[in-house]
Amino acid sequence: MPWRAPSPVDLYGLLPKTNCGKCGEANCMAFAVKLVNLEASVEQCPPILEDPKYRQSYQRLKELVSPLVKEVVLRGPRGVVKIGGEYVLHRHELKYINPTAIAIDVDDSMNRDEIINKVKAIESFSYEYIGRKLSLDLVAVRSVTGDAEAFAKAVKVVIENSSLPLILCSLNPKVVEAGLRALSLDYRPLVYAATKDNWREMGELARKFEVALAVSSPGDLDMLVSLAKTLSNSVGVSDLALDPGCFIGRGGLAYTIKAFTHLRYKAIEQGFKYAAYPLVATPISVWTSVKGDAKAKAWWESIMAIALVTRYADIVILHSIEGWVLLPLVLWRFNLYTDPRIPVAVEPGLRVIGQPNEMSPIFITGNYALTYSIVSSDIERARIDSFLLVIDTEGIAIEAAVPGRKLTAEKVAEAIKAYGIDGRVRHRILIIPGRAARLSGEIEDATGWRVMVGPMDSRDIPGFMQKHWVPEKLEELMSRG
Amino acid sequence: MNSMKKRDVENRLLAFEDLIMRISEALSKGVVELHDVEIEADELEIILQPVIAKAVAPIAERIERRIVELVKVAFEEVKLEFPGRVVEVKMGATKAEGGTRDKSIVLGGENLPPYFYITGLELAPHPPAFGGDIFDMRIPLPKAVKDVFGDALDNPIEWARVWVNKFGAEAIDVHLISTDPTIRDTPASESAKLIEDLLQQVKVPIVVGGSGNPRKDAEVFKKAVDVAEGERIVLNSLNLDMDLKDLCPYLSKKDAVVINFAPMDLDKAREINRKVYDWIPKDRIMLDLNIAGIGYGIEYGFTVNERARLAALIGDVELQHPFNVGAANAWSAREAWVSMDPYWGPREVRGPLWETLTCVICLLTGADYFMLLHPVSMGVLKEIRDYLFTEPNPSIDRALEWVSAKL
Ligand code: SF4
Repeated sequence: MPWRAPSPVDLYGLLPKTNCGKCGEANCMAFAVKLVNLEASVEQCPPILEDPKYRQSYQRLKELVSPLVKEVVLRGPRGVVKIGGEYVLHRHELKYINPTAIAIDVDDSMNRDEIINKVKAIESFSYEYIGRKLSLDLVAVRSVTGDAEAFAKAVKVVIENSSLPLILCSLNPKVVEAGLRALSLDYRPLVYAATKDNWREMGELARKFEVALAVSSPGDLDMLVSLAKTLSNSVGVSDLALDPGCFIGRGGLAYTIKAFTHLRYKAIEQGFKYAAYPLVATPISVWTSVKGDAKAKAWWESIMAIALVTRYADIVILHSIEGWVLLPLVLWRFNLYTDPRIPVAVEPGLRVIGQPNEMSPIFITGNYALTYSIVSSDIERARIDSFLLVIDTEGIAIEAAVPGRKLTAEKVAEAIKAYGIDGRVRHRILIIPGRAARLSGEIEDATGWRVMVGPMDSRDIPGFMQKHWVPEKLEELMSRG
Repeated sequence: MNSMKKRDVENRLLAFEDLIMRISEALSKGVVELHDVEIEADELEIILQPVIAKAVAPIAERIERRIVELVKVAFEEVKLEFPGRVVEVKMGATKAEGGTRDKSIVLGGENLPPYFYITGLELAPHPPAFGGDIFDMRIPLPKAVKDVFGDALDNPIEWARVWVNKFGAEAIDVHLISTDPTIRDTPASESAKLIEDLLQQVKVPIVVGGSGNPRKDAEVFKKAVDVAEGERIVLNSLNLDMDLKDLCPYLSKKDAVVINFAPMDLDKAREINRKVYDWIPKDRIMLDLNIAGIGYGIEYGFTVNERARLAALIGDVELQHPFNVGAANAWSAREAWVSMDPYWGPREVRGPLWETLTCVICLLTGADYFMLLHPVSMGVLKEIRDYLFTEPNPSIDRALEWVSAKL
C-alpha cells in the first residue's frame, strides 16, 4: 500500500513518554515529529532500545516508519553505501531517500596499472557544487577472463588501491567465490548476479558470505520476482537487488522504462513484496548493444543512466569514466534527491566581500544556493571589494525568479531598507543581474536608486567592472534624469 | 477435497522443514538458545544426532529438493485507469485545414502517467514533437550552436531553412527578442513581416515567441495572428502580467494556439488558464511551467511537471494541457557551455548532451513539445521518441553479454 505518514500522535503513544531528552529533543512529542519527517531513527531514543518492556513498542514503531523498498547496505573499509529504502513513487509525495549509487567498472583482463589508473580515477572523481563534493560510490569488478584466480587477483589490486565498496560481476559462482574470498571482513559487496541458471549456487554464496545479491532476469519479470521469492524465502538471502535488464533501441528502451516503473509501482502502491527491493540498472550494457564508436556508446550510456536514475534505479553500473558522461549524472542525482520540502537556499541578507568602502559597488542576487555560491565566488575570486545584497527569491534562480515574481522591485527596496544600505555607501547605484534587466526601470522607481544592468553571467563581472565601474560612467549615471 | 488434504499435509511438512532448517542454520552459526539453556553447537549435535538422525534423513533430502525448486510467482500486470485526460492541441494547419503547412502536429491526449506502458492500452495518442529555435537578431549563443549554424545566424529565414531541411525540425520557434523596447524596439508590424516570410519559406508549424515584455508582446502577438490567419500559429507565451482581458478577446477571433506560462507554480497555472478559458477554447491552450537546466534547479520544474500531469489525470481539468519545454534553458547551466578542465570534455560535446539530457528528464514527466537550440539534441531526441513509442519487447539474447565482455 502507498506510504501514509503515521501521525506524530500515534508514534508518541508508542514512545516511553518520559520526556527524558536523551534523544536530543525536548520531549517525546518533538521526537515523534522528527520520526514522522524521517529526520530521526527510532534507535536514537535510548530507553526504548534498552528497556525490555518497550520491545513491542519498538517493533511497532519500526514497522510504522519502515520504508516500502528494502534498504540494502553495502560496505567498504571506509564507508557504507545504502541503496533502496524508498517510501514514495514521486518525489513530491515526501522525498527520495538514498541517492542512486554510481558504480564504474574495471575488469580482470586489464593489467595491474590499468586497473590502478581507473580505480584512482573513480576514487578521485569530485565536482564542487554549492559547497558540496559530488563523487562516485563503487567499483564494479567484472570477470572477463572467466578465470577464478585472475578475478581474485584483480579484486585484490582494486582493494589495495581503493576503499570504495564493490560489486563483483560474474555469472560464474566459482569466480564470484574466489572474489569473495579475496575480500576482508570490512567488505560487504553486491554480487552480480543470480540468474535463472545459477541462482542456487549464487544464493548459497550470498548466504554463506552474508553479502547482498543482485538478481538479473533480463526481459522476464515473472522469473525476476520468482527468483526474488525463492532466494529470500527458501534460500534465505535477505538483501537482494533486482535487475530487469537494460535495453535500448526499438522495443528495448520502452521495455526498460516499463519494467523499472512497474517494479517500483508494485512495491510502493501495491506492497508486492518481491518487487520491494532496490533496483539495479546497467547502462554499461550499451557497450555491447549499441553500434558505433566509443563516443556514440558513451552518449547512450549517459542517456540510459539519466533516464533510469529518473525512473527508480537505486544503483547504476557504468563503464565510462569520462567527465562529460558523469558530470550531468552526478548533478541530476543530487538535484533529484534534494528534499522538495526545503528549497536549496541560503539566508538572504547583506554579505560583505573584501574590504568595501563607501564608493564600493553593490551587487544584487537571489538566494538560490547555486546562484549565490557562483556569484559570490566569482566576485571573491576577482577580489572586488563590494557588497552583495542577497534577496529572498524563495530559493529560486534569477532566470525563473524574474518571470515568477520572486525577484521584484519591491523586494529590492525592502532589502535596501532592512539592511541599511543607505548608510553604507555614498553613491546610489545598484548592479543587478543581466537576467533581471527587465526589472531595471521598476527597481529605479521603487528604490530611487540608479540601476546598472550587470552581465548575464557573473563570470563576466570582472570585465564588466573594468568597463563600467569608472568615475565617468558613475557620474553620468548619477546625473541622469 | 483431495487437493485440500494434500495441501494440508504439505503445509505441515513445510512447517517441520522450517523447524529443521532453523535448527541447522543455528548449528551453522554455532550457538542455539533452547528455553534459556545455552548449548554449544557440537554438544547439541551430539544430543540431537541419535534422536533425529533417522527422522531427518528423508526430510533433509526433501529440503535439498525444496531449495532446488524455483517457487514460481507471476508478476501481474499493473492495471490503471484515470478519469482525466490531457486535451489534444493542434499546432499548424495544412491546406485541408485552412492553412499552408505541409503537416500539422497534434499534441496531448494522454490518459496515463508518462511512459507507463500497459499492455493493450495506448501509451499516448500523440508522441511529443521537437521544434528548432531561431532568433530575430544576433544574441549571445553557446559556441556549440554557433559552430553548427554559422552565417545562418544572421538571417532568421535561412536559419529556419537549415533547421527544417538539414536537421529535420518539426516546427520553428521564432523568438522576437528585438521587439523588446529596451533592446531594439522593433515595431510589431515589422516582426509580422518576418512571420509572413517564415510562413512562406518553411512549411512546418510556427511558434511565435515574444521578448518577455508583457505590453509589447501583446502587440506583437496581435499583429502576428493577423498575418497568419488560418495557419494556427502558436503564441509563446501568455502570462499573468499581461493584459489578458485586452489580448484574449482579440485572439479568440483568430485560430492561434497559446502557451500559458506559469513558472513552477500550479496555482498560477490554474489561474491563468481560468482567465484564458473565457475566450479561448481549451484545445488551443498549452502550458509551460518552466524548466531549468541540470544542476540549475531542474528539480523544481521536474516535480511541478510531475504534479501537474498527475493532477490532470486524476481530474484537475485546469491542468489538462500539453506541456511546452523551453530546452534553451538547459544552456543556462554553465557546465553546458564554458571551457573546463580537459577531463570534463570539450564544451561542444557537453552542450548538446546537456540539452538532450534535460529533455530526457522532461520527457519522463510527460512533456509534449520541446523548443531546442542544438540539432544534435533534435536528432537524438527523435531517436529516443522512436524507441519509446514502440511495443515494449526487448531482444534478450545478448542482454548479459556486458558482464564478461572486453569493452
Ligand atoms: S529519548 Fe526517548 S523517551 Fe527520552 S525524550 Fe527522547 S523520545 Fe522521549
